Amino acid sequence: MELVQIQRRLVDYTKSLFMEGFLDAQFLQLQQLQDDSNPYFVFEVVSLFFEDSEKLLNELTIALDQPNVDFKKIDSHVHQLKGSSSSIGAQRVKNACIAFRNYCDVQNIEGCLTCLQQVKQECYLVKNKFETLFRLEQQIMASGGSVPTIELGF
Amino acid sequence: MARNGGVAWMRTTEKIDGYDLSTSDTEEVHVLAVDDSLVDRKVIERLLRISSCKVTAVDSGRRALQYLGLDEEIQKKETNGFDGLKVDLIITDYCMPGMTGYELLKKVKESSAFREIPVVIMSSENVIARIDRCLEEGAEDFIVKPVKLSDVKRIIDYTTTELREGEQREGTRAKRRGINKRKQREGDDDLSSSPPSTLSSSTSSSPSSSIQSATAPSSPSTLDSPTRRLKMTSSE
Repeated sequence: MELVQIQRRLVDYTKSLFMEGFLDAQFLQLQQLQDDSNPYFVFEVVSLFFEDSEKLLNELTIALDQPNVDFKKIDSHVHQLKGSSSSIGAQRVKNACIAFRNYCDVQNIEGCLTCLQQVKQECYLVKNKFETLFRLEQQIMASGGSVPTIELGF
Repeated sequence: MARNGGVAWMRTTEKIDGYDLSTSDTEEVHVLAVDDSLVDRKVIERLLRISSCKVTAVDSGRRALQYLGLDEEIQKKETNGFDGLKVDLIITDYCMPGMTGYELLKKVKESSAFREIPVVIMSSENVIARIDRCLEEGAEDFIVKPVKLSDVKRIIDYTTTELREGEQREGTRAKRRGINKRKQREGDDDLSSSPPSTLSSSTSSSPSSSIQSATAPSSPSTLDSPTRRLKMTSSE
């Protein structure tokens, strides 16, 4: 594939992620922080997020499996996950966390279990999306091209 | 650009007076960033660096106090941190395990050595009562997460301006007395020349509108700014 075509594909793919609600404007903020001196910034932050979220999801699974569920602890973990997903613009993960916290507030275990599944699912989906995104970026950079960024209001 | 003007002024002053500026090497603002989230720490660090700041990022209020030399277990009379680098601004998350950002704010404002350092609170929760409480305790500003580049740029801009004005005031006094002096605004509440309230021009609408309704209506003029008024009324 020609460089221009890959760049086009990346732009279209990124736009689709916004359309489908996977990403929000905060992701564009992160892209603004990437430049020649920090060409992997977004990749690094997103990677940190997935390391972090994996730990949190494991802890949540364990916490919900206890005979006496500690809802304070669960809320704290979900709050953390909500915060970091919000910081990278992972909108669907963030929204799933908000729903999760609501069930936590009323101490509804079934609701929490369902939400945990949803959060896991959203993390899994957006992880795949990011992987595709970074793969396209890598192809562009390997061809000596520059990674196009999209503007808000597309 | 304003900062270039500031640098030229400082260099000139150094030559003329042999004036010992405590912001030793450069005109860069040194920010102490406090956040327990690794992701957020990485982002805020980058936001600050891209805004030409020096950054020290720590993961707890405890570590922040240690860095400043305010930790109860490590008593220090020195007003500089233990690595000698003066902190110009503290930006901290609100919700942290152990010591919250609010508790850190209180500790800083209770300290005679550090209470002049502006403290900015970040929080994902846009709660009016929380915002008010922080401002009343002396917070410079309150940012709703996720933090954007425009938020950081705004804060650094007025911190730089305040620093420069503080130095100018100090420079005038030092010239008169002919002594070297560290930057300390000792009971100097002459904030009337400070820049307009950032809250009234905040890009994140909810906090600024909630603050405007919580205090008196604020106009862009400096004296009417809510934070300035709060600072003046709550000053010692």
